[in-house]
Amino acid sequence: METLKPLLEEHPFLRDLSAEHLDLVVGCAKNVRFDPGKYLFREGQEANEFFIIRDGHVAVEIHSATKGPVIIQTVGAGEILGWSWLIPPYQWHFDARAVEVTRAIALDGKCLRGKCEKDYHLGYELMKRFSHIIEERLAATRLQLLDLYGNGI
Amino acid sequence: MATESEGLKLRNAPGTDPMRPALFEVHRVRQETRDTFTLELRSRGPSDGFQFLPGQFNMVYVFGVGEVPISISGDPNRPNALFHTTRAVGAVTKAMRRLRRGDVLGIRGPFGASWPVNEVSAREVIIVAGGIGLAPLRPMIYQLLSQRDQRGRVVLLYGARTPDEILFTHELQQWRTQLGLEAFVTVDRAHGDWQGNVGVVTTLIPKAPFDPSQAVALVCGPEVMMRFTVMELSKRGISKNRIYISMERNMKCGIGLCGHCQFGPYYVCKDGPVFRYDQVQDLIPLREI
Amino acid sequence: MTPRPSEWGPPFRFKPEDLESLFVVLHEQAYKIIGPTVNDDAIVLGELNSTADLPVGWTDEQSGGSYRLARHSRPEFFHFASGPHSLKQYLHPPSVCLWTASRNGHGFEIMEKVQEAGKLAFVGVRACDLHALAILDKVFKAGPLPDSSYALRRSQLLVIAVNCTSPGGTCFCESMKCGPQVDEGFDLVLTEIEDEGRHFFVGQAGSESGRTIAAKIPQEEASSTDLERVETMLNDARTRMGRRLDTSDLKKQLYRSYDHPRWEETAERCLNCGNCTMVCPTCFCNTMEDVTDLSGVRAERWRKWDSCFTTDFSYIHGGSIRSSAKSRYRQWLIHKLATWVDQFGTFGCVGCGRCITWCPVGIDLTEETAAILESNSTSTPGMK
Repeated sequence: METLKPLLEEHPFLRDLSAEHLDLVVGCAKNVRFDPGKYLFREGQEANEFFIIRDGHVAVEIHSATKGPVIIQTVGAGEILGWSWLIPPYQWHFDARAVEVTRAIALDGKCLRGKCEKDYHLGYELMKRFSHIIEERLAATRLQLLDLYGNGI
Repeated sequence: MATESEGLKLRNAPGTDPMRPALFEVHRVRQETRDTFTLELRSRGPSDGFQFLPGQFNMVYVFGVGEVPISISGDPNRPNALFHTTRAVGAVTKAMRRLRRGDVLGIRGPFGASWPVNEVSAREVIIVAGGIGLAPLRPMIYQLLSQRDQRGRVVLLYGARTPDEILFTHELQQWRTQLGLEAFVTVDRAHGDWQGNVGVVTTLIPKAPFDPSQAVALVCGPEVMMRFTVMELSKRGISKNRIYISMERNMKCGIGLCGHCQFGPYYVCKDGPVFRYDQVQDLIPLREI
Repeated sequence: MTPRPSEWGPPFRFKPEDLESLFVVLHEQAYKIIGPTVNDDAIVLGELNSTADLPVGWTDEQSGGSYRLARHSRPEFFHFASGPHSLKQYLHPPSVCLWTASRNGHGFEIMEKVQEAGKLAFVGVRACDLHALAILDKVFKAGPLPDSSYALRRSQLLVIAVNCTSPGGTCFCESMKCGPQVDEGFDLVLTEIEDEGRHFFVGQAGSESGRTIAAKIPQEEASSTDLERVETMLNDARTRMGRRLDTSDLKKQLYRSYDHPRWEETAERCLNCGNCTMVCPTCFCNTMEDVTDLSGVRAERWRKWDSCFTTDFSYIHGGSIRSSAKSRYRQWLIHKLATWVDQFGTFGCVGCGRCITWCPVGIDLTEETAAILESNSTSTPGMK
């Protein structure tokens, strides 16, 4: 586990986190690898993790009865995947499928939730960082909804 | 009142009057996507070729239907062939789609300000295109890639609506593998079999490989997309005077005489369509201008 | 044709009955004479055969949204303000066929229409309209791709100007520095003086052609009293402008007014009829119309006047850029008094007042501008 510390320290998502908090996060981290077609998580499952993608990329999808999987968004190297672990009822809303061989650091959300409840400062730091990601995804989703190239917007 | 005399006196000598179209023949029609096509045209008259600068446009006339401004999408170093890539969305472009080899079009142009060809030649260039916005940028890509030895890195971020609506797939492949273009493509929506990126083109900007302290950005797409693109480029630290955008407005004459394309103090047809962002940044937030 | 005062000929005076000799000379030189004449209850421009066609005994009464032709008992030929017409319709006609095309096999061929200009002599042109002409020159002639049909019409023009001593209720040329005195762009300038029973003209040539023509009018040397009289009458006219506009800092103030609430208020009254753009002597916007005959064999390209007050004007795929009435009125006014300056180095307004007179609801550009300037001085939203 100690080997993940330098990686996490360097990552923009955790940059400037105090040494103490970083140690808490590192304590919840492990390396994971997914072959193409494997799911990182599936809709409806309990959400107990989030991922920092190291390489490869993941499709976030919704399954449609008539159209099959529809990709909402892809998440690639350097990006963060998953925030349902933070928000009750801690359940995934989408499927996340590795499009190619994908390596990531998985952070145990259940473990982090416990630490955040005990240490609100850590909770606030993580919340700030996730709200930034949520805001960016929401803005991008709004643009996607406009169907920019379809309707002469 | 001075009225037009009934008996029309006509002249057939091709002059230099910018209001008179020159005749071009359709040499090839290429269906790019469901609604987008490229016409390859050859001049009908005695011609040394069609010289233009990347980013310029022509007024394209279809007999008896009308005339619209369309950017030139071909290679500036291949002046014998004139290319226009457009979507069939209005009366004129729909009529253009019905044209076949040997049919004739009227062309007035080239008009307008080009991409900053000289400024970018030795620098890093980051190109951000959305949808049909790739068409006016293609001449610039050809130009940059032809100067492979002198130029800096060229990065293309391109967003399309769906995988089926990605333009110039063949060229993209070729530019990437043979000419060193670093191209990143994303689509707004896709089915499960799509192996590439999904998300708006602006999401590619934070991770794109370029040096914001010296790169020049060229942006073309719907205005909303350009606004958000500039915002993301600025977050990365590119200054506004190194960002160029290409605007679209109603145009009737193409040479600043009809008044339709006014954008604040500018005529998009002659002061643009390409503007350096700091020229227009005060106008962009204004509504209905 | 921008003669400097040093090139002007010597001032001379002549009797009103000798004005006819000017018409004779112009006809001899094969000019078609265009000038003010009464038609359809207004003083309009039309072809004049003799001085009898001039509106002797007629004047006009103008105010916001109102124009009335009126009788008066004085003998002057030129005792009125601007009518609905201007030189624009002759130099930039409302509709012009640019070319025709006919099908042949797969293709077609284009035949350019040879534009007919003819020699036109305009009589009675006011300073405001001469300034408007200079503005149109900048629009159509000064750029790298000039309009050839405008340039052709322009090249054949002769201007007999008349100093304005009868400004109307909506005039503000003094504010725009475009009148009432004719100061450039003329071949011959006249001042009509009617004074305690003495009625005469003072004339001065402003070009070679003007000198040649002036020489044919029976005349005597103008005295210094005559010239002083001209000066007094013009000064008097300056004080009788029906409207005024503060042009200091105008461009800058309007550039920061895009979000001003006044636009919305004006839009509630504005009918978007485009009358103001039609009567404006500088509004030049136009559109192209492509037409075919029923057989589809022959096509024509027409250029026609257009107005920024229509939604079509700014239409691109997806919709109109200026879909609200507010944005269209704002475009028009800001173009006239701000963006025009950046485009052509001059205001697009000469203070002739036509847009005020011919607005069916009497919207007044000077009043609108003043309202914006006044509240701008207390708060400055929008652009820098």
